[in-house]
Amino acid sequence: MAKQHVSFKLNGKQVDALVEPRELLVHTIRETLSLTGTHIGCETSHCGACTVDLDGKSVKSCTVLAVQADGSELKTVEGLADAGGLHAVQKAFIEEHGLQCGFCTPGMLIRAYRFLQENPNPTEEEIRWGMSGNLCRCTGYQNIVKAVQTAAKTLQQA
Amino acid sequence: MDNTAEVQDREDSLKGVGCSRKRKEDARFVQGTGRYTDDLKLPGMLFADMVRSPYAHARIKSINKEKALALPGVHAVLTAEDLKPLNLHWMPTLAGDVQAVLADEKVHFQYQEVAVVIADDRYIAADAIELVEVEYEELEVLVDAHRAMDDDAPILREDLVGKMDGAHSTRVHNNHIFNWQAGEKEATDRVFEQAEVTVKQDMYYPRVHPCPMETCGCVASFDKINEHLTVHLTSQAPHIVRTVVSMLSGIPESRIRIVSPDIGGGFGNKVGIYPGYVVSIVASIVLGVPVKWVEDRMENISTTAFARDYHMTGEIAADKEGRIKALRVNVLADHGAFDACADPSKFPAGLMHICTGSYDVPVAHLNVDGVYTNKAPGGVAYRCSFRVTEAVYVIERTMDVLAQKLGIDKAEIRRRNFVKVEQFPYKTCLGWELDSGDYHTALEKVLNAVDYDALRKEQQEKRTQGELMGIGLCTFTEIVGAGPSRNCDILGVGMFDSAEIRVHPTGSVMARMGTITQGQGHQTTYAQIIASELGISSDEISIEEGDTDTAPYGLGTYGSRSTPVGGAATAVAARKIRAKAQKIAAHLLEVSENDLEWEVDRFKVKGVPGQEKTMKEVAWAAYNNVPEGMEPGLEAVDYYDPPNFTYPFGIYLCVLDIDKSTGETKVRRFYALDDCGTRINPMIIEGQIHGGLTEGFAVAMGQEMPFDEQGNLLGNTLMDYFVPTFVETPHWETDYTVTPSPHHPLGAKGVAESPHVGSIPCFTSAIVDAFAHLDVTHMDMPHSAYRVWQKVHELGLDKRA
Repeated sequence: MAKQHVSFKLNGKQVDALVEPRELLVHTIRETLSLTGTHIGCETSHCGACTVDLDGKSVKSCTVLAVQADGSELKTVEGLADAGGLHAVQKAFIEEHGLQCGFCTPGMLIRAYRFLQENPNPTEEEIRWGMSGNLCRCTGYQNIVKAVQTAAKTLQQA
Repeated sequence: MDNTAEVQDREDSLKGVGCSRKRKEDARFVQGTGRYTDDLKLPGMLFADMVRSPYAHARIKSINKEKALALPGVHAVLTAEDLKPLNLHWMPTLAGDVQAVLADEKVHFQYQEVAVVIADDRYIAADAIELVEVEYEELEVLVDAHRAMDDDAPILREDLVGKMDGAHSTRVHNNHIFNWQAGEKEATDRVFEQAEVTVKQDMYYPRVHPCPMETCGCVASFDKINEHLTVHLTSQAPHIVRTVVSMLSGIPESRIRIVSPDIGGGFGNKVGIYPGYVVSIVASIVLGVPVKWVEDRMENISTTAFARDYHMTGEIAADKEGRIKALRVNVLADHGAFDACADPSKFPAGLMHICTGSYDVPVAHLNVDGVYTNKAPGGVAYRCSFRVTEAVYVIERTMDVLAQKLGIDKAEIRRRNFVKVEQFPYKTCLGWELDSGDYHTALEKVLNAVDYDALRKEQQEKRTQGELMGIGLCTFTEIVGAGPSRNCDILGVGMFDSAEIRVHPTGSVMARMGTITQGQGHQTTYAQIIASELGISSDEISIEEGDTDTAPYGLGTYGSRSTPVGGAATAVAARKIRAKAQKIAAHLLEVSENDLEWEVDRFKVKGVPGQEKTMKEVAWAAYNNVPEGMEPGLEAVDYYDPPNFTYPFGIYLCVLDIDKSTGETKVRRFYALDDCGTRINPMIIEGQIHGGLTEGFAVAMGQEMPFDEQGNLLGNTLMDYFVPTFVETPHWETDYTVTPSPHHPLGAKGVAESPHVGSIPCFTSAIVDAFAHLDVTHMDMPHSAYRVWQKVHELGLDKRA
């Protein structure tokens, strides 16, 4: 199959890749660009382990074609921390024990990062609905809710 | 006093046992630098994908690989015929049976592995599996376990025809796997014949799947020049995998390295050895390049590997006051097409004979028959120890039924039957010795915390208004920490576990264990154990697991065995180091060993203030100034064979309301009190409990793997298979008591599985309780809205006035 050229901004850096037209964005990110923090849990857009931030929206990269990301701005879990250290959501997940096996965590973090921009001061119920596209089998969600609340406070104080 | 405060400060700075220490694992996970199996990319690596059967039972008439092999990028297509010369078309299971690696002449379940395609990448492999042409002849399908031993039932396992000596007992039918019994049948039957009251309840524990977020997979890499095999795989038991791979391949264990890297959740799903692993290894050996296999979610739920599927009958004989006189349990166990249960070798029904629960049962009899059906093999313990979930379910349900029949409150009937605190250690009539417990205290604590009487009063009022409110109770005893090698082994290897600890000259520590974390936080908690034992800060202690080249041999992590067995090995190994350190300290201080006392992180000369040596000073001396005749260095290994299992327990209470129009359930309150003995890291314990309760909620309220009459699995995607989201998941309240295990070096018992084991019957208890005033005694899981609504409708409760 003839490959297509795609170019997008990934975690602040312009990247180029040759992809098959049918290639899923998650495979391009993981295999071509070697950023393996974004995980694959179901390939049917139910679990959210592959969630990335695409042009300011949370999307499940297992159901987006890489060619659809051409010209876009993408952020993955690897782009959350900066020179100043871990992002508030990352710190809060550690502080509140919001992760166990860590497999859903990158998707959770990148969703929480966007959710708290959509709703900077959410109630518990809003967090539960706002994060409900991401599944976790380890934590029972309760500490993730706490982590999002903690991150919200930190971000509001900043 | 200042001195006391100073000692306390030193102790706190260790971040040892009892500290809610933040996890060492988290820094890499939150930055996306965890290293899971599918993250591994080796030069020249190829990708394997499976051709799977669309039929549950069929003869394979032909397989044509030509079109697949003609596709550019395809390197090989392997079938059972290709594996035959290597004698790898069948493999032994952990349960003493054999399992087809690739279907040999027949398929026995839908999605069974028929052929494997090896290609340049996963896209080409996925294309190629569609090009492999398989011609099938459909055969009669056996789905219903109750029909398995009928005279006219279809023969499933042609390889077993005439072989009536099974691995565990004589087989009485070609679809029979084993009969297994515990207890005294005649004595139990006699009590039932004469009992004042008897109850009997049939119940089905559905086939479910652990469904961790990460599916199973591996990367096999065979180095032809050095004849060395490395396999990275999602295994909860890497050392046993190495042994099995060596036995199957003939490659010496010394030239096999198995690595379990970061694992995205296990919950029992990653104990077994699956065809995908075997064919990847074969392909790597044949092709001389690394081969990766990672299953997708449908393959995961469909084939690797189910849990439960027990058809159970619980019977209790009692007196009129509800005191148990005898217990009888019958089980028909659906094991699927191959018996691939992951149980200790001697126990084909796992530890099901813990089914006497928390109660003082004078006599009991348990009977289990395992049968083959046209379903996927498995029978793993889904967040429990070897059928303990089933055992707890049957006793807790039957207790509720007894309470209901006698009109005794379900808390009161438990009070009357609990093993009393002074009876511990308590020998159960089915052969276990419960190590410690205080059930009465724990029950009262929970009933007070929720104001049980007020809840019952509220329920009465609700009932008069026609509303459905249920109160569930479960007072369970778990059995974990398998186990003493006198009764527990896997393929002949005793179920000990191990720890190797090395104290470096400057006093930091590297320790390795035979277990493997999958989210439990071993890197954090094992370090806390060593910190408290050796007086070295846990921040200076590194923990490694999962690499068979470096870690001591161990049986892995499942059945809540890491803390009871691996944690014990860690404590004992650390104590060996401290004993040696004491000799070195005595030498340095020029006193007798007996003149020294230990205080947090140092040895002090008794009665001589200031005369002391810290562990760090001793560590340095261990490498340059040891007593004459002592070997230098400061390290120890311990292989810990536990004297007994540990028996954590808990009291769970659930309050829920049911919407009569929709059958939807709202869990208003769930209160979980757990007693896991000594608590190593309360933060991690609470996290484990939240997770276990949520998995229990999933099982009770929605998970099932239904099959139609043709053996088609009707729910194998996350669209159909229930994994609760943030929204459905209830809020959890946790509590605890501490009753240490008398035989564990730290008094710890293990905790992660209790919330799963204990919450499931609690949810059923609550659902049934909502209908109890209408003479409903039991409802089978899952308690999905539709199924609950069916009950509402059947009872005519949804009629509008």
